[in-house]
Amino acid sequence: MLIRRPSIIRPSQITTESVYLNRRSLLAGALAGGALTAVPIARAEEPAPLPAMLPYQRNARFSVADTPSSYQQITHYNNFYEFGTDKSDPARKAAALRTRPWSVTIAGEAEKTGSFTLEDILKPHPLEERIYRLRCVEAWSMVIPWVGFPLGDLLKRFNPTSRAKFVEFTSLADTRQMPGLRSDVLSWPYVEGLRIDEAMHPLAFMVVGLYGRELPNQDGAPLRTMAPWKYGFKNAKSIVRIRFTAGQPRNTWNTSAPDEYGFYGNVNPEVDHPRWSQATERRIGSGLFATRQKTLMFNGYADEVASLYQGMNLRRYY
Amino acid sequence: MPVQSNPVEWRYRYLYKPSLFLACLLPALGCIGGLLNASAVLAAPGFRLGSDPARFVLDTLAKTALNLLFLTLLVTPLRQLSGNPQLLRLRRMLGLFAFSYALLHFLCYLGPYQSFDWHEIGKDLIKRPYITMGFTALLLLVPLAVTSSDRMMRRLGRRWQRLHRLIYAIAALAVLHYWKMLKHEYRQPLIYGLILALLLGWRLWQRRRCVTSRSAPPKVPERA
Repeated sequence: MLIRRPSIIRPSQITTESVYLNRRSLLAGALAGGALTAVPIARAEEPAPLPAMLPYQRNARFSVADTPSSYQQITHYNNFYEFGTDKSDPARKAAALRTRPWSVTIAGEAEKTGSFTLEDILKPHPLEERIYRLRCVEAWSMVIPWVGFPLGDLLKRFNPTSRAKFVEFTSLADTRQMPGLRSDVLSWPYVEGLRIDEAMHPLAFMVVGLYGRELPNQDGAPLRTMAPWKYGFKNAKSIVRIRFTAGQPRNTWNTSAPDEYGFYGNVNPEVDHPRWSQATERRIGSGLFATRQKTLMFNGYADEVASLYQGMNLRRYY
Repeated sequence: MPVQSNPVEWRYRYLYKPSLFLACLLPALGCIGGLLNASAVLAAPGFRLGSDPARFVLDTLAKTALNLLFLTLLVTPLRQLSGNPQLLRLRRMLGLFAFSYALLHFLCYLGPYQSFDWHEIGKDLIKRPYITMGFTALLLLVPLAVTSSDRMMRRLGRRWQRLHRLIYAIAALAVLHYWKMLKHEYRQPLIYGLILALLLGWRLWQRRRCVTSRSAPPKVPERA
């Protein structure tokens, strides 16, 4: 770190207190400008409109104390292959995604099935903010203040029957809005799944917002799941279908590379990915010369979720 | 003939060579610019390392090394097609830059990427074939770099030519290293692989022509 002599800092450079205290809303407001400066080559793109604010309560019980990653990082470093495989592709191309009107189909082993509008899905659930860790299978991580509600609360509304052992989530796959669908790097649509007890776990979160505002498109608008004890790929974005199934769903990454990605995808520093170690991770935003951090079992949520996997061979069921 | 009255020599020494040197430096300067930007020492637009700077620098250095490596392979066919012998003199610079970038890429892997965790690095080198291949390619570049000077060319004579044919094995290892790291996004490594196969095929075809044609003199190491 460069240590500056005091005389170099001009009084005009010192942040005023009111600006400092309001830095979060100013940061969100700077999104439009930030979206332009992130790309060094000038592009004739209109800046993304600022997402609408959401009413929520902070849930400290389910929030970690780690410093959250910046809004800029969370919205400009994304794996959302429907918009391209580069980390910067979703921010550049997801503006094409239309998130209204939106409906979700509920299907499978449940008493209440059918098509529901997004408003019907979200209406009964008061929103809360939870600061979760996100650990990507690629060995980088972020800390993200999500806004949403417990996934189990939503699923219970449809009265899944006793035959429902798993929940399958399907993402939107619209070729008119998603240029990445032309690539065969994955089979489309993107499908993910959870065991029913994982989906009903208090930590499983249905996310609709980020940093107090609606989800930007590149982060999986208008709704996505977040199971923080699993690798990021386990979370389906832009969900259009939720199906209760008796059999284990074939999640997309497992279909694409079964020797590298399993169904469970639990964060586990002891089970390496075939091409790289999972023992450590790079925390996004920590700079070029930052040390890697030790990856925690179940991404640090072992106390809450380890009981779900008692007796299970986590090396076999990765 | 003095340099001043030889326009070709003048252009080579004061225009082409320095320009190429500067062009080869640009990717490294870009990374340094990004680093200075990130630590707020500089405020230059366009220099961004991004959210995952270790990954970005690692990838930038890798791509540059690979591209320079392939440029060195293109020099001889280009010279034979264009008839311009000056191109050969630039090949050594390209090769040494390719080696430098490969070395920087490795150092970036050791430090910023793996935080000098020697246990993990050792595991990577042994357990992950694509890293073994990359490291081998780097090691094989060392004798080539060390013998790149005029003096070494004179000392080795015909053996210099044989030693430097290793560059094809090195290029193949580098492409495999790239492909096996990405695994599913195979298109870019495939393109490099095809170019390499074309260049190798072209070389082999040239050698057959040289051998079967009695009038062609034996190949002598060309001075850069």
